[in-house]
Amino acid sequence: MLYTYLLILLPLLGFLINGLLGKKLSKTLSGIIGSGVILGSFIISCIFFFALVGGQASIEAKIFDWISVGSFHIEFGVLIDQLSAIWLMVVTGIGFLIHVYSIGYMHDDEGFQRFFSYLNLFIFFMLLLVLGSNFVVMFIGWEGVGLCSYLLIGFWYKNQDYNDAAKKAFVMNRIGDLGFLIGMFILLYNYHTLSFTGLQAAVAGGADHSVMFWATLFLFIGACGKSAQIPLYTWLPDAMAGPTPVSALIHAATMVTAGIFMICRANFLFTLAPDTLYIIAIVGVVTALFAATIGVMQNDIKKVLAYSTVSQLGLMFVALGFGAYSTGAFHVVTHAFFKACLFLGSGSVIHAMGGEQDIRRMGGLKKWMPVTFATFLVATIAISGIPPFAGFFSKDEILAKAYEHNKVIWGIASFASMLTAFYMFRLVFLTFFTSFRGTHEQEHHLHESPATITFPLIVLAILSVVGGLIGLPPVISANHWLQNFLSPVFAASQGHAAEASELSHGTEWMLIGIATAAAVISIAWAYTRFIIKKTLPAEEGKLTGFASLVYHKYYVDEAYNVIVVKPLLAVSEWGYEVLDKIVVDGVVVWSGKLSLMTGKQLRQLQSGNIGFYLLMMVLGIIGIFIYVLTYLQ
Amino acid sequence: MLLLIVLFFPLLAAVVTYLSGNKLSGKVALLAAAVEFVLSLVALEHYCHNNWNGLVFTHGWIINPNISFSIAADGLSVLLVVLTTFLVPVIILSSFGREQANGRALYSLVLLMQFALIGVFVATDGLLFYIFWELALIPIYFIALLWGDGRDKQFLSTATFKFFVYTLIGSLFMLVAFIFLYSRTGSLSLQSLYAANLNHKEQVFLAAAFFFAFAVKIPIFPFHTWQADTYKEAPTIGTMLLAGIMLKMGLYGLLRWLLPVVPDGVRFFNPLFITLSVIGIVYGSILAIQQKDIKRLLAYSSFAHVGLIAAGIFSLTIEGLQGAVVQMLAHGVNVVGAFFAGEIIFRRTGTLEISQLGGIRNVAPKFATCFIIVVLASVALPTTNAFIGEFLLLYGVYGYNTCLSIVAGLTIILGAAYMLKMYQNTMLGEVKTLTSGFADLSASELTVFVVLIIAIFVCGVYPKPIIDIAQPALAEILKHTLR
Repeated sequence: MLYTYLLILLPLLGFLINGLLGKKLSKTLSGIIGSGVILGSFIISCIFFFALVGGQASIEAKIFDWISVGSFHIEFGVLIDQLSAIWLMVVTGIGFLIHVYSIGYMHDDEGFQRFFSYLNLFIFFMLLLVLGSNFVVMFIGWEGVGLCSYLLIGFWYKNQDYNDAAKKAFVMNRIGDLGFLIGMFILLYNYHTLSFTGLQAAVAGGADHSVMFWATLFLFIGACGKSAQIPLYTWLPDAMAGPTPVSALIHAATMVTAGIFMICRANFLFTLAPDTLYIIAIVGVVTALFAATIGVMQNDIKKVLAYSTVSQLGLMFVALGFGAYSTGAFHVVTHAFFKACLFLGSGSVIHAMGGEQDIRRMGGLKKWMPVTFATFLVATIAISGIPPFAGFFSKDEILAKAYEHNKVIWGIASFASMLTAFYMFRLVFLTFFTSFRGTHEQEHHLHESPATITFPLIVLAILSVVGGLIGLPPVISANHWLQNFLSPVFAASQGHAAEASELSHGTEWMLIGIATAAAVISIAWAYTRFIIKKTLPAEEGKLTGFASLVYHKYYVDEAYNVIVVKPLLAVSEWGYEVLDKIVVDGVVVWSGKLSLMTGKQLRQLQSGNIGFYLLMMVLGIIGIFIYVLTYLQ
Repeated sequence: MLLLIVLFFPLLAAVVTYLSGNKLSGKVALLAAAVEFVLSLVALEHYCHNNWNGLVFTHGWIINPNISFSIAADGLSVLLVVLTTFLVPVIILSSFGREQANGRALYSLVLLMQFALIGVFVATDGLLFYIFWELALIPIYFIALLWGDGRDKQFLSTATFKFFVYTLIGSLFMLVAFIFLYSRTGSLSLQSLYAANLNHKEQVFLAAAFFFAFAVKIPIFPFHTWQADTYKEAPTIGTMLLAGIMLKMGLYGLLRWLLPVVPDGVRFFNPLFITLSVIGIVYGSILAIQQKDIKRLLAYSSFAHVGLIAAGIFSLTIEGLQGAVVQMLAHGVNVVGAFFAGEIIFRRTGTLEISQLGGIRNVAPKFATCFIIVVLASVALPTTNAFIGEFLLLYGVYGYNTCLSIVAGLTIILGAAYMLKMYQNTMLGEVKTLTSGFADLSASELTVFVVLIIAIFVCGVYPKPIIDIAQPALAEILKHTLR
């Protein structure tokens, strides 16, 4: 229990120290504290992880009674099982590396201490998200990481564009969060519990189909917000406004995988809702393709990676949609390795380029930045799906599951993967190969980054190479370590969905062959285009037709603006100026005026004329007399 | 006896404050309010130990009509009394940063207001409740009228007059309802009202009358139009009293005097009541987005938040009622924090126009941090007090109707949109001429924020005591309502 407390509270402690003391701490000390607490959490995570690997049972512990009302009791509790252990390792492990990286990356920033306090807070909430033993504790983490994302996207708060991006991220996430809340309400209303073990027990004997469908569908809306799926993905590319370590940690490796984590955690519910799963697979594959096409046309190094992240997350959802939860988790892990490496590499490049992010102004950087180049290349090979790098195994597994269940989705996903290989190598070729296209001043400034930056890159590159070993396909090895390790978590779903692959070895080899060939062709295509022909991406305004449409991201942001944002602002303006001030308040004011006017008229009666009073009195008496005579007889 | 002291101490303090003169009055009032807070904590402690002797007091008062001076504090009352006694010293302290003209009158009015508010929360006789209800209106009217920030005196007096007349008319309906009830039962004590045998038609009429009185005060759509102008024109100390505590009178009234007294009438009107409340949530949230003035924006935001509280009450579920209690406390704390942030901006820059502000974070980091925490609490981020309330309230509404809860839930999206927009445009970006010399928080200002922030997190992380204290009272109310 002490370990659990330490695991969660260490990052919070780091946040408080860095946040409250702020500039009173030297940058070195602040960096050491910030990274140190995460290292502490990582070590504790390792202890839990290896205990679970060693066969120890999962731990569920109540910390205190949180909300007990009427028919339900929500505890503040933690659940440490195989699934949370995997995420713990990713969050604290990669989190630690990125903290170290940030010491170098943020060194000259005046908000250094603030940056570390936010990062620590992020890890704290991420741990709550991963460790929560019920949906509500998970939701604390879920919204908490959203807050940190907001704070870090808008870290350079003097720039209102960045602040807009931060606000957009928070509000769009909140749309998803409303879905999450409603999903929780449906479950709570029907089963009077939100704890994972409680729900699992409640639905073990089968569940009402429509309850399951709606509950999981609303939860999936939450996942769409956090994991940037259509239609709620547009915040993620804008989120690149934040410092690059943030993009690597929050917007690539950890937070955006929360949606996948949530579905894995609640797999026993989703498995009972095949319709929702089907929707998830469709949304996933459409997002994967859609974002990949946009990635092909982007010229901002971080935007390419951002769309790539959206696309890869889509692939993970495809796996979940086929009930292949461990496959989704597998891709989360390998993606965390290579995408964090890519983002940190891009940060190293941006650092060297003095803030420049446009790949049209780069080129030939491998001469100056050999380590960054090598690690970036390794990660690119990994994401492109070339064996035996990590990305190959997890992506191949997703494609195999897709092939098994739905050939159309397999085709689209394969095409999206092909595009991925193309745009990633386009990025590598334009950034690191041929000759430098920036200004002389920039060229003069080019340098390899310091060790705090290159060390995390090297570690992540190594993981991008060997990470696939945790999930070897059946054609190579009969023992899929990750799948076996996670099997207790997905036990309830096993009967329903095909966790174990039923494809013959021949088909499997064929799929591997197709995927590899497709990747190689894409790379060759990119090579011809950007190395041999030395084509450069067209400048803005010179694109026409479909290319222009894709370059402008299908005008989705603009469409949202016209359909939702502008009308809302107009209604707000009109509602205040007209509806509220004139109509609603008008009724109030006029009823007031009416009574004043009536008063004025009635006042005339009290004229002081005794004769008039007497007349009225007599008339009154006669009136009463008549009333009594007619009605009371 | 204890409750009697808690009730009358502020009245005594008001007199002493007035006599202490302008120079000392602020400190005397703060000290008195602090003592009162301790007294209310003693009452809370008595309550928690089931020590009822000090918490119930009845004495014959008027023989004909049969009105008794009876007060009592159950869990619901005791929580609202503690909210009042907690906020009043904070509000008094928050006013110290500004020179107050005729301070002794101002602070004694504040304490008089506290006396009336506590009276409202503990009265168990209908007429006594009504007297305190009306009494509370008098000090706040003068505070708003005489210490108002509005530069346009004509507009100020129109706004406060509208507020005064509007709520007074609302209360008259309540008075009529009480008179009718008295004619049927011969007593206005809660117990006899619970036992009153009213037919359906009578209940419908009474429910409408009570609802109107409370709906104006809360306010519930469409009875809210006095609110934004009054909040804007009143001095911040008055706005805090209004938004932080006084509108809880209306919500408390729903719980204590409407639901259990005329349950049939409530059930008859319930679809209308809850729909109006939910309309208010969305309407207030949407109108808040484009507000150009911080105080007006906060007024519409507060309108939206209390709409959700009312909706939770009308869901007639225990979760909705519990959520209402938690959220009443949370809203009181958060709205005082938000208006205080507005007040600080006004003190430093002389304006509340959002478009003229910006970049304050560059020069006042402490203030920026405190303000963002208050903003996050009002958008109900988990671990803050409002999350617990909103979760329970929305769940209560969900129990009533799924679609209504989704519409009500829009508050979490729209709330984030307008609060973050306001924060961004006032605090972030580059400094402007008006904000370049913005001084960071003084010690007393920081104290106010720290006290509020502690309350925000304590109630958000460990709400169990609040829920446990309110539980028996709410169960009793619900039992009478669903009889």
